[in-house]
Amino acid sequence: MNLRQAAWLGWGLIAVGLGLAVLGTCVGSAGFENLLHPLFGAGVDPVEHDMAWRIVTEIRLPRTLGAWAAGALLGLAGALAQGLFRNPLADPYLLGSASGASLGVAVALAAVGGGAGMVGGSMMNGESFSMLSGSFWVRLGLTGAAFAGAVLAVLLTLALARGVGHTLRLLLSGVIVGVVLGALTSLVLLFSPESLQAMQAFMLGTTSFIGWTAWGLMFGCWCLCVLVAGALARALDGLSLGEATAQSLGLPLAPLRAALVGTLALATGTAVAQTGLIAFVGLAAPHLVRAAVKVPHRRLMWLASLMGGALLAAADLLARWAIAPQELPVGVVTAALGGGYLLWLMHRRTGGLNAGGVL
Amino acid sequence: MSAPAYGVRGLGASLGGGAILHGIDLDLRTSAWTAIVGPNGAGKSTLLRVLAGLLPGSGRIELLGRALGDWPRPERARALSWLGQNQVAAEDLTVHDVAMLGRLPHQPWLAPASAADRVAVERALRSTQAWDWRERPLGALSGGERQRVLLARALAVEAEVLLMDEPLANLDPPHQADWLLLVRELVAQGRTVVSVLHEISIALHADDLIVMEQGRIAHHGACDAALTHRALERVFEHRIAIHALAGQWAALPVL
Repeated sequence: MNLRQAAWLGWGLIAVGLGLAVLGTCVGSAGFENLLHPLFGAGVDPVEHDMAWRIVTEIRLPRTLGAWAAGALLGLAGALAQGLFRNPLADPYLLGSASGASLGVAVALAAVGGGAGMVGGSMMNGESFSMLSGSFWVRLGLTGAAFAGAVLAVLLTLALARGVGHTLRLLLSGVIVGVVLGALTSLVLLFSPESLQAMQAFMLGTTSFIGWTAWGLMFGCWCLCVLVAGALARALDGLSLGEATAQSLGLPLAPLRAALVGTLALATGTAVAQTGLIAFVGLAAPHLVRAAVKVPHRRLMWLASLMGGALLAAADLLARWAIAPQELPVGVVTAALGGGYLLWLMHRRTGGLNAGGVL
Repeated sequence: MSAPAYGVRGLGASLGGGAILHGIDLDLRTSAWTAIVGPNGAGKSTLLRVLAGLLPGSGRIELLGRALGDWPRPERARALSWLGQNQVAAEDLTVHDVAMLGRLPHQPWLAPASAADRVAVERALRSTQAWDWRERPLGALSGGERQRVLLARALAVEAEVLLMDEPLANLDPPHQADWLLLVRELVAQGRTVVSVLHEISIALHADDLIVMEQGRIAHHGACDAALTHRALERVFEHRIAIHALAGQWAALPVL
């Protein structure tokens, strides 16, 4: 019974993802109708046709697919984090990757000064055309800085926790690293107020700059991570019975934890570097799946990925559509939706109904 | 006679800087049920965890004639099954999935469950009367029902030696009696069972009793021996007395 439900959910999520991808090519600041005619109409100026075609293939399509891939990475990372820490409130940013990426971006922004501030400004306004080519190197630098920051922060967390031997110590170290790096980020921003706006855009998360390269990077990374996670899934099931039992079942805990932390860091770091800190997707995606079906981790990995992808693709669509031709930062949309979802969950749990262990 | 299930010499162990076990020497028979009893903080669970290889200890431990550290990990996991206490977070796994985890030591990495695995899981779940809920998530079960599922998980390993830490926690009297019959059946099949128990009257049904006090073994002997009973009464400060009742030994409180 569970198996059939899981299969339905999986196919449903794939269908939703595909539907959102199609919709995603239709929504944007240039609108849908304005593109139909130049694309398919007869006797259109080839320049206009070319322009419309480029909007769809070079901006909207990679952006929509990229939002899906980033969501899939975060959903997968969330499922991994919750399995590894055996805590339903664990989220992919727990190991310090988020604060590390923020610090990396803050330092990079402070280093390039005002120029980057403009990037941030255009981020907020949704003027993605003009700056796509102009600030390519700045963008690349920011992405690199975010990824490097995330990786260094995770390494720092691991060093403080003296390896992956102890889950609680790992969790505490992650929190400590988050607080300290957060303070450092504030300090950097204090001394370079011109980068505040750009930083704000990063902290809120945005999908507006995803090109084909970014999409390819995230999608490739997701393929790799979901395969590794699938191979580790049974160990996560074993871990859910407690570390002692897992050990008694002959699971090599230390290498397993190292592989899990590595996969988690790679998935989170890649997503954060491309899209900034998108809230709640990593936390909510596995929860939504678990609320619908009870499955072992092997299936949870895939379903949480598909759920995260669908969530972020939908949020991206909403962000573009809600106040078009302006757009909202997608992180604001996910935070609002995610917060609403958690509230609803709490209400449902305290509403006297037996939720059957939703969390 | 073959090697004992466990041969332990000069075993010590410490937790968080404090020494818990001191100079323990022990030989546990195969095909027998040994119960470990003693007051709170006597080191019963620690001893069991060290025997299971889950905690490091100083001294020498031999499992079935081979030093515990010399066993390759998968082989040891097949020979030794462990049931801990208060361990569960696996709310979302179904009962069947949980029991199937007991087959992990028998399965190559990534290989699907074999026919033998399914048979073993069904047998284990039926023996703890948990087969009927195999599709239900663990989170939807009561404490006693969960305990029976976890017991089935430990049985599904089909190991030669079973170590159980307070296996009767949350079980109602009928299922405590079922557990007793189950252990007898396991012993009749040639398995070795070692369990930490707080229910002294149940523990008195075991073949051998290890009475612990302050990290040492106060007494190790047959359950129906008068010396064993005296040792029991002594470590519990004569607040219990062992009586023969309806053909069984029972520990009654001294008021």
